[in-house]
Amino acid sequence: MTKTADNVNPDIYDKGSEREITSSDYDENIEDLFDEREIFDLIRNINDPEHPLTLEELRVVEESNIKVDNIKNLVHVSFTPTIPHCSMATLIGLSIRVQLLRALPARFKVEVEITPGSHASEYAVNKQLADKERVAAALENNNLLQIINQCIA
Amino acid sequence: MLGHEHSDEIYVTKMPKLDLEQTLTGHKGIVWHVSWHPQGKMFASCGEDKTIKLWSKEGQEWAIKTVLVDGHKRTIRQIEWSPCGNYLASASFDATTAIWDKKSGQFECNATLEGHENEVKGVAWSPSGQLLATCGRDKSVWVWEVAGDDEYECEAVLNVHNQDVKKVAWHPSLDILASASYDNTVKIYKEDPADNDWSCFATLQSHESTVWSLAFDKTGERLATCSDDKTVKIWKEYKPNNQEGVIVADKESVWKCICTLSGFHTRCVYDISWCHNTGLLATACGDDIIRIFKESDDSDPNAPTFELVCTKLDAHSQDVNCVTWNPTGNQEILSCSDDGEIRIWSFSSD
Repeated sequence: MTKTADNVNPDIYDKGSEREITSSDYDENIEDLFDEREIFDLIRNINDPEHPLTLEELRVVEESNIKVDNIKNLVHVSFTPTIPHCSMATLIGLSIRVQLLRALPARFKVEVEITPGSHASEYAVNKQLADKERVAAALENNNLLQIINQCIA
Repeated sequence: MLGHEHSDEIYVTKMPKLDLEQTLTGHKGIVWHVSWHPQGKMFASCGEDKTIKLWSKEGQEWAIKTVLVDGHKRTIRQIEWSPCGNYLASASFDATTAIWDKKSGQFECNATLEGHENEVKGVAWSPSGQLLATCGRDKSVWVWEVAGDDEYECEAVLNVHNQDVKKVAWHPSLDILASASYDNTVKIYKEDPADNDWSCFATLQSHESTVWSLAFDKTGERLATCSDDKTVKIWKEYKPNNQEGVIVADKESVWKCICTLSGFHTRCVYDISWCHNTGLLATACGDDIIRIFKESDDSDPNAPTFELVCTKLDAHSQDVNCVTWNPTGNQEILSCSDDGEIRIWSFSSD
């Protein structure tokens, strides 16, 4: 069964370059804090649930929409659905959340929200993504977990 | 010496504080809930690992006494002891509520309550122990009656919330039930003695996001609620013909928000516990902090003020999911967290 994608012809963008390694990255005496680029690298290659493209290529995630506060242990990611009625918005947000929950140290509080004004159900999707109990329950659903794992892989 | 009789006296102002008694590990993953046995000498814990652990003190140390397994297929969200202390109810994401007792000598699951469509989020026993309420993701609240040995009958299915119901709590002495929801409201229910029908008679509207938990004070005339909107609210019941002149229609009590504690919590407030002995309020927050609030001495009953008397930073290394005062009133607090740990605290003030 093939479901038609919500957005059949999304705009596709070029991939950005790899992270530039600086000399301080090799210096053991310099504390490596998490930065926006590092978070971006963790989520840029997540696959879109409908297209054989990454979230970066669809400009769903951008480095400029990520904020990291190492002192408060906060990571905030805004993502931009390709169209305002995208039914996959919650699934995309969940995939970003799961990827960051797995990759980051447990001390981080991860917030994943829709870029303001980019989705018709922004408030409802944000509330659901912020409800850790519902996220925990969703991740116990094997079908859903399989789909998320495919997106992240 | 020229009469400095008191000069070497040192005046120490004691600050209220929360001292860690013990950190308990044993669960794998998130610990969602902890519940004191009514006598305060043991407690139960539950979580993501689908087990219930029963803890009691051996000498000075708390240790696991019993582990209950195979009762649930998914996360156990909440456990609650019956008022008599002989039964333990567990609410699970597997859509069932299990009732455990040790009539056979050891704890066994002797009844399973089914009916919710999906995750059961909360469970609570009425003060008499004759009624049990459950609530869940299917937006409903169920009232069950203890009909006999290991038998439970559904008395009512209340479908008045329009979203996920997070918690239920009974009035401390009457068969009055309150529920908190993702729809930002709290609802209050009772049974109509004329036709034995349960219905909602009050909707408490003021929170701006999910209401995660709620706790009555010892009189049952006040209710504290906590929310994803980072506030705690205190509600008061105004009965018909109240002295304050609050208008009460339909001969039913009206509940009004009489106090909002805002600006104290920096993230979602997941739980609140109102000590029936000291009147102190404790909160569990997503900023890893446990806070204790005390009502001011000169507090106006219709517009009370509460002071933050203790802030325990880094009470856990992740979100605090639950706090609960020891029911004996010895100022002990239990807490648990996403970090997989349970902690026991002793509160002291001057």
